[in-house]
Order: sequence, then C-alpha cells, then structure tokens
Amino acid sequence: MKKMKMAALLMACLMLVAMLAGCGKKADENVVKIGLIGPQTGAVAAYGLSVKNAIELYIKEANANGGINGKTIELIAYDDKGDPTEAKQAYDKLVTADEVVAVLGPVTSDPTFGVAEASVADNMPCITGTATHPDVTTYGDNFYRACFEDPFQGGTVARFAQKELGVKTVAIIYNTSSAYSTGLKDAFSKAANEAGMTILATEGYAEGDVDFKSQLTNIAAVKADALFMPDYYNNVYMIAKQAREAGINATFLGVDGTDGVLKIEGADTSVFEGMYFANHYAADDTADMVVNFVSNYKEAYNDTPDALAALGYDAAIILIDALKKVDAAGTDLSDRQAVIDAIAATDLDCVTGHITFDENNNPIKDCTIIKIVNAQYTFVTKY
Amino acid sequence: MTLIYQLINGLQIGSIYALVALGYSMVYGIVRLINFAHGEIIMVGAYCVWFCMSRLALPALPAVAITVIVCAVLGVSIERIAYKPLRKSARISLLITAIGVSFLLQNLAQLIFTANPRMFTNLFTGSIAIGTQEISAATVATIGVSVVLMIALSVLVNKTRIGKAMRAVSEDADAAQLMGINVNSVISFTFAIGSALAAIAAVLYCCSYSQISPTMGSMLGLKAFVAAVLGGIGSIPGAMTGGLCIGIAESLTKGYISSQLSDAVVFGILIVVLLIKPTGIFGRGDHQKV
Repeated sequence: MKKMKMAALLMACLMLVAMLAGCGKKADENVVKIGLIGPQTGAVAAYGLSVKNAIELYIKEANANGGINGKTIELIAYDDKGDPTEAKQAYDKLVTADEVVAVLGPVTSDPTFGVAEASVADNMPCITGTATHPDVTTYGDNFYRACFEDPFQGGTVARFAQKELGVKTVAIIYNTSSAYSTGLKDAFSKAANEAGMTILATEGYAEGDVDFKSQLTNIAAVKADALFMPDYYNNVYMIAKQAREAGINATFLGVDGTDGVLKIEGADTSVFEGMYFANHYAADDTADMVVNFVSNYKEAYNDTPDALAALGYDAAIILIDALKKVDAAGTDLSDRQAVIDAIAATDLDCVTGHITFDENNNPIKDCTIIKIVNAQYTFVTKY
Repeated sequence: MTLIYQLINGLQIGSIYALVALGYSMVYGIVRLINFAHGEIIMVGAYCVWFCMSRLALPALPAVAITVIVCAVLGVSIERIAYKPLRKSARISLLITAIGVSFLLQNLAQLIFTANPRMFTNLFTGSIAIGTQEISAATVATIGVSVVLMIALSVLVNKTRIGKAMRAVSEDADAAQLMGINVNSVISFTFAIGSALAAIAAVLYCCSYSQISPTMGSMLGLKAFVAAVLGGIGSIPGAMTGGLCIGIAESLTKGYISSQLSDAVVFGILIVVLLIKPTGIFGRGDHQKV
C-alpha cells in the first residue's frame, strides 16, 4: 500500500510540474519554435552534436537574415541519448509542452522509428537529416528525410564503378550480421548485374570477426577488378589491410560508413590509396554553397563539418524554407498540413546537393563520390 | 590451388591457438586448473605492446620484451594472489575464481582503455608471392615464430632441470615436494612461461588482425581451450596439434562452407571430442572433470 501511495504522489507531482510548465509560457506572436531531437550524450553523441551545431548555425544565419518573414526562430533541443524511449519522451514534450510548429530529427535510425510512428497521429511536420534506414519514412506522409537511403548508395556505387571506372568484374565481402551491410550488398549486386558487371565472389563475415583471410583467399583467387566492402570504418580498415596483404590489387569500393577510415588511430592508411566510396557530401567540394557552409562552420566551431553536420544543416534549410512559404501565403504556421505540403514541394540547392522529394518522402538527390588520394578524402563527382 | 592458401591461413591462426593452448595445458598439467583468465592475459599483452609502441614510441623489440615481462609477472601475480590461497580447497572454487579474474581484467581494460577498439600497426609489413597468390609476411612470421617457440618449449620441458621438476610436479605434487622440489616456484615458473607464450601470441595476433579491444581475449581463449581439449589437456604436444587442427578446421570452414559456421564447427569439435574421446588425442587416462 505504501508503495502505491508513493507512486500516486509521484504521479501527482509530475502532472503538476507538467501543467505548470505548460502554463508558464505565453505564446509569443513573433517567435517560431522548432524542436530538435538528437543524442548529445551517450555512444552516438558525436553524431548528434554535429547535427545540433549545424542546425544552430543555420538558424543563427536565418535569424540574421530576418528569420521567418520577420519572426524570430527559436530552437528547442532535447537529448535522446540515441535511445528510442528518450526520443519518444522528447517528442511528446516538444509537441505538448513546447508547442513547436515542426520537429527536426532524430539523428540515428533506431530512435527515429518511434518518433515517426507517434508523429503520424499528430500529423506533425518532421524532417530527419540523417536516419538512412529505408523504413523511417514509411509511417506517414508527415515524416521526411534529407539523406539518401542505403539501397540508393549501394546501387550508385555499382553504376559509378561500371561507367566511370570501367570495372567489369567485382567481388563482395559483407557483414552478414548487419542489416546495413546486407542491404547494401543486395542493392549493389542488383545494380551490378543490371549494369552488366560480373560478380565473381560474394563472401560473408560476422560482426566481431577480425580474421578475414579465408574469405579474402577465395577473393584473391578470382582476380576481380574491384572489391566492394559495405561496412563501418573499423571493419573496412581490417578488411582492406588483410586484402592488400593477400595480394588483392582490386580497386576498393565503399559506402558512407567508410567515412572515418583516415581518422583511425595507428592505422596504416596507405592500404586505402585509390579507394572510392559514396558519401553524402565532400568537404572539399567547390560548389559555393559547400564552401560557405564549411567556412562558416569552421569559424563557429573550429572543426571541419562531417556529413552529419551537412545533412542536419540541409534539414534546417528545407524546414525553414517551407515555413517561410507557408507564412508568406498568409497561413498560420500551426497549420500542420500546410507546412507538410510546403516541405513536399521542396526544390532547393542544399549543401549535400539539389533536393526534391519523391512520393515516399525521400529526397531525390545526387550521391557524392569520394576518392582517397595521398591519405586525403578527395571530391570526385556528384553521381 | 586455393586449398594450399587456405591451409596456410589455417596454420597461421592455428599456431596462435597452439601458443595460447600451451598455457592452458601446462597450467592444467601442474595444478589441475582450467585457467580461464588466460585469454585475458593475451588482451593485456595486446594493450601493453600497443601502449609501448604508440604511446611511449618504443621500437618493436623492447616493446615486445616489456610485454613478455609484464604478462609473465601478471600471470605469476594472479596465481599468487587468486589461486594459491585456494589450492587446497574444492576445484570448483578455483575455477570460479579464474572466471572472476577474467572478468576483472576485462572490465579493468574497459575502464582504462574504453571499449573503442584500437588499431595496431603490423610489425611485419609486405607480402611474399608463393605460386599465383601472395601471403603476408606476418603469416610467415607467425608460423615461424610459433614453431621456434614450440621447439624451445619442448627442449625446456624434456631436457632441463626445471623441466624435469615440472614433469615431476605434474606427475605427483606431494611426492615431488618430498623429493625436495620447491613446488611453489615450479608452479610460478609454469604460470610465467604460459603467460609469456600468451604475450608472444598477442603480438603475433595483433600484427595480423590489427584490432585490440577489451574483449578480444575471450573468444581467442575459448578456441584455444577447445584446442587444448582436442589435443588432450595437460599434454604439450597435444596443445600444439590441437591448435593447428582447430585453426585449419576454422579456415577450411570459412573458405569452403560458410563463414557463419566456423565457430559452430570449432565448438562442435569440442562436443565430439568430449563424447568420443574425452582425454583428447594425446591425453592420459587420469582425466578429471571440472
């Protein structure tokens, strides 16, 4: 009984706090509130902080340029620690207590599922910059993303290798215990077959493996022109190193998870020379938009923005552009359907490329191809 | 033709298993204890050589020498602190203590070095062309170093005074003590040699597979344990044969059947051995269950 009473008391206190929090804020006509959900602590904090930095940077720039037709943009950011439950709580708080007009984020795919599902009932306009899992945008018509999906980049790498590098035969080594890696392997194989390339070998390994020699011995025997390795950078490094030692001279092909290989401490980066991989953007791209973004970001945070920062920045560009259009049309910004329609009609040049949305709320955009030359990421082309 | 290369791959990882299995087998032979902390000695060795080379910027040879000494001292200290007070108590208490030590070391490493994997720079760069394909210099070095160490260990055990003492303690510790052999120092020496071999195995392992993490020792240790059981736990030639067999079985499974099945095959071997010939290939009859 005592426990019950305690619990009831706790509930009452919580409700009181929630009510007070709700009462305390008076709606200000001249402030537009936008929510941001992302990890600021925890295992994936680095991703969330990049996104938050970039979004804050854009909002500062936008406010300096007159905000949303004279109204100031206010960003309310909550930490989800990369955890689905925390993300859902943050979302509820943004919608009920803070009364934001739209939500940016979450950052990683797992917390995004729950938020996307909950946001459908509210018809809340949401844009995630960075969640690449295909299912993220399948819950409802209100949820958009600024990054390309995994299957797209797998296919793009295959088409690029065939057309631009003249690759005729490929081998694949992939992580059988990762949905990310298997999905990319499937997309790459399909596109490779369609492009007329021959897949000479497909070898698998499990997460946590460090010995790839047996699989690489089989791959070395088929002498393919290129070796595709869809995984995150630590595994990519170990495979690349053991592949070169096994005498494999094939051109290495990778995906966005490859980004970061040059930052691995103690790694022999010479094994990556000449490797091509797909990414969301390249920091040394010479397009005006990218150059400005990189220099402003460097000035504000003294760090080169990574792909997550670029995608977060783009999500903010898309959302604020949509809000401006809705406001200019004389519609109140709390009209969620109007904002969603404006996002759907996006047709903008962004840092990660020109973005329009398809009927599934995914961006139609280019993939950036990067080559590793002299231990530097070098922009090759948009493809 | 790829069969030959797969066999070489198997020999390489197999010789690392063999070096580690020797540590299990020697300790079991002397004190009848499955030292489950042995895998963690490899992990400590890996971090030690990495720390010496990338943080203290020492050249390779002194770094390896320091690692061997650190591991030997660690092995002896574990025996003195955790196992010796329990030597006369039930065997199960010793076994549980060993598991406790293993977790302690693993979590200490996680606390000090974080769970993020570190990369180790290969000491044996380059590859050697054999036939139509190339094999890495690290592979050749691993096999070579292991063979030399195994021969040296055989000489040590069979031809020297301390080796004779080890064999005597292994035969009957109480009788050996009555004959004037200092059993405590023989046990310490055995732990030191076993841990030193684990340190060398750690260096060779890092050269080929680069990645160092706090949990790297557990799987490696388990597989080496399977190797020791296959060869007949307590037997030194058994540990060598068992290690090579497990390595080759693993490599052939990965190369010709499926990479997902390789661990299943290794542990399947353990089950089959325990069912059919629990004493292993070279094991003697006085097998004791743990």
